[in-house]
Amino acid sequence: MVPITYYLLLAAALFCMGMFGVLVRRNALVVFMSVELMLNAANLTFVAFARMRGDNLGHVSAFFVIAVAAAEAAIGLAIVIAVFRSRGSILLEDLRTMKH
Amino acid sequence: MNIELILFGAFALLTLLSAGTVIFARSPINSAMALVSTFFFMAGIYVLLWAHTVAVMQVLVYAGAIMVLFLFVIMLLNLGESSTRGKPTVARVAGGAATVGLFAVLAIILLKLPAEPATLSTGAQASFGTIATMGQVIFTQWLFPFEAVSLLLLVAMVGAVVVAKSRI
Repeated sequence: MVPITYYLLLAAALFCMGMFGVLVRRNALVVFMSVELMLNAANLTFVAFARMRGDNLGHVSAFFVIAVAAAEAAIGLAIVIAVFRSRGSILLEDLRTMKH
Repeated sequence: MNIELILFGAFALLTLLSAGTVIFARSPINSAMALVSTFFFMAGIYVLLWAHTVAVMQVLVYAGAIMVLFLFVIMLLNLGESSTRGKPTVARVAGGAATVGLFAVLAIILLKLPAEPATLSTGAQASFGTIATMGQVIFTQWLFPFEAVSLLLLVAMVGAVVVAKSRI
């Protein structure tokens, strides 16, 4: 029997890797993939706690997170396409018109 | 050393390796393929947690639908490898340090939680994480969030078309 702590630590590590990608990478697409990693880490936490409590509600929460992630990916990628069309680049450092 | 621990170790190691490839790969297409393998290995971990339905949805929705969307966009934009690596600015170094700090804090908290999984009776174990039990909860107790999510998906679909289209 694997302790639930191992699963939670794995989820924390995945979340931190996703956060690292969001903070450090310059390519907007890779930043989106890192956000997906973070959402997956949250899902893993939900499922691990569901196993710890013997309760199905964590699975239902994970189901909703998956649905919201699908909506987020569709909108986010549409924004990436729109930005690439108007700027010709999806590097985050080129998108700074709102900074000044 | 039981088989469950070995399987968990293998899946966890492969998940972390693929996640590392997602963050550090030079070309976005390598990141996307590594993300697909991350999702597959995480589905294995869900099965180890008796969440069979979530594991199947992970493969269908994430590794299937969402990653196809990502690959379509990468090929549509025809991105090459990033030739230059970004300079390590102050914000980036601070971000990396914050990540390590966050993991340390999370680990300290998580290690204080109880680690024992629930012991279920044979009947409860047979129905744990199946579509039937999940559906019962979704369509009675969580009906309103379920309908809200369906509306959200509709709005996201219309919004994606409106945003990505050049002329409407």
